[in-house]
Amino acid sequence: MDATRVRRRRVGPSLKSAGIAVLAWAAALVFFFPVLWMFVSGFKQEAQAATDPPTFLFQPTLDQFEAILGRDFTPFLLNSLMASVGSTLLVIVLATPAAYALSLAPIPKWKDSLFFFISTRFMPPAAIILPLYIIANNANVLDNITMLSLVYTAMNLPIAVWMIRSFLLEVPTAVLEAAKVDGAGFLTELRKIILPMIAPGLAATALICFIFAWNEFFFAVSLTSTRAATVPVFLTGFITSEGLFLARLSAAATMAALPVILAGWIAQKWLVRGLTMGAVK
Amino acid sequence: MTATEAPSAARERRGRAAPGLTAGERWRRRIPLLPALIVVVVLTQLPFLATVYYSFQDRNLLRPDETAFAGFGNYAEVLGDAQFRGAVLNTVLLTVTVVLCSIALATALAVLLDQKFLGRNVVRTLLITPFLVMPAAAALIWKHAIFNPLFGTLNWVLSPFGVERVDWVSEHPMFSLVVMLVWQWTPFMMLIVLAGLQSQDTEILEAARMDGAGPGAIFWRITFPQLRRFIELAVLLGSIFIVQTFDPIYLVTQGGPGQATTNLPYFIYQRTFRAFEVGEAAAAGVVVVVATIVIATFALRLFADMFREER
Repeated sequence: MDATRVRRRRVGPSLKSAGIAVLAWAAALVFFFPVLWMFVSGFKQEAQAATDPPTFLFQPTLDQFEAILGRDFTPFLLNSLMASVGSTLLVIVLATPAAYALSLAPIPKWKDSLFFFISTRFMPPAAIILPLYIIANNANVLDNITMLSLVYTAMNLPIAVWMIRSFLLEVPTAVLEAAKVDGAGFLTELRKIILPMIAPGLAATALICFIFAWNEFFFAVSLTSTRAATVPVFLTGFITSEGLFLARLSAAATMAALPVILAGWIAQKWLVRGLTMGAVK
Repeated sequence: MTATEAPSAARERRGRAAPGLTAGERWRRRIPLLPALIVVVVLTQLPFLATVYYSFQDRNLLRPDETAFAGFGNYAEVLGDAQFRGAVLNTVLLTVTVVLCSIALATALAVLLDQKFLGRNVVRTLLITPFLVMPAAAALIWKHAIFNPLFGTLNWVLSPFGVERVDWVSEHPMFSLVVMLVWQWTPFMMLIVLAGLQSQDTEILEAARMDGAGPGAIFWRITFPQLRRFIELAVLLGSIFIVQTFDPIYLVTQGGPGQATTNLPYFIYQRTFRAFEVGEAAAAGVVVVVATIVIATFALRLFADMFREER
């Protein structure tokens, strides 16, 4: 009796953990499959991408990627880069002082301001697109990459303020007080102590903002047409494509999605903090 | 005891404006905040006020000279419009279904990921990827590579079960959208729930185990109550974003067939950029904001709760 109990205890957990591993891996493969299929199909010839049953073994080719790059993809890519990198830089520059004013040297009623920021993030884009469109049209900045960058800046600012604030609060008070005792001025304090300490946090915030801006579609499709159109707008060309185009679509989608997949994998550790605006660590 | 209290007491002091600041000092402290505040107000709040203003006007972008005050005419028109009511219904149906399915799946996956097993980090990385893929790219891949009636992998996977040549997007448009959105949002919710699981005090769990509590009892009596606010946060944030769903509807179903999958954002987009009916689109926009405020109020309350404890 005792012996079987001991044995069961030893066998039980390892069987259980094997079961968990199998289940988890199966779930991961199901969830990852569409991404994998997109990636794989981009290396096919069109005829291999549309077969029944699906083709798994084939001679990979770069034809589709070359075709996409050879077409007009580059301007879209540059626009996306300008809008997402430009807006992200601006967001960090604006959000860092704001987060400082809401944490380390708080203004009176700082809590109201903090919650005001977050509530603006909940504003549905559909509810403000019309005035933005009309204003942009009147100001002659419709289809303009600077305008789109500004919209993305406003979109990401609340997240950045909350996130950077959560990193600032982690700077040990003792360090700041020691700096004060040593007579460090505000700028010295900022440059020599605060910024180096929150640098990883700023990088994480930047990656999160980049992800949201790069993937954004609604504002892009509403406010741009030809000159300032970004990568997701390029993809709309595939909505009603005729004939065999799946391999080419997959190649385009892979190129469109890859920067953010990589950014997200790198920022994995901070992803949850970014997605919950710093509320969950 | 003092050791654990000291840092929280120190934190208590920060993030609270020192009393007795002079007016000048107060303004000096506000300066760093202003640029960000101005950008946000100018680009999100003022446009919304403009939306409210337009919603009381009879205005069409193609006939700017015939603009007139409409009172509540647009609201009456929009609320009496069967297409609008259909869009409201679709929005609710889509949001509720996607949120419920996602949170259930997400909780199950988070519990799995909270265990130790071979390749756990790789599994987590693979599981979060759907949320990272550009939604527009994902929508088109689902439409053409997975839901396609002839070459789609879904029909191929289901063929042993007697499913053949189903045209998912035209025959089951809402179902197709729900599947795609659950795939996209489950990782988001999973990350939040997982963070909740991992913030548990292992000592309490260990103590419960020592007292002879089974894994089921531990989960329902200890883990779940603690997890609740993380689940609530995931559900509320998820709802706010899923109500705004636009990309897959524009790219996969275009609101159809007919109006079968038109939700509010797509309805507004169509009224604005296809019919140029500014007044009606604006009125619909205001309705969306009101609905969002209802959800967001709960979300903000939750934020405030978590926040109070954090300090």
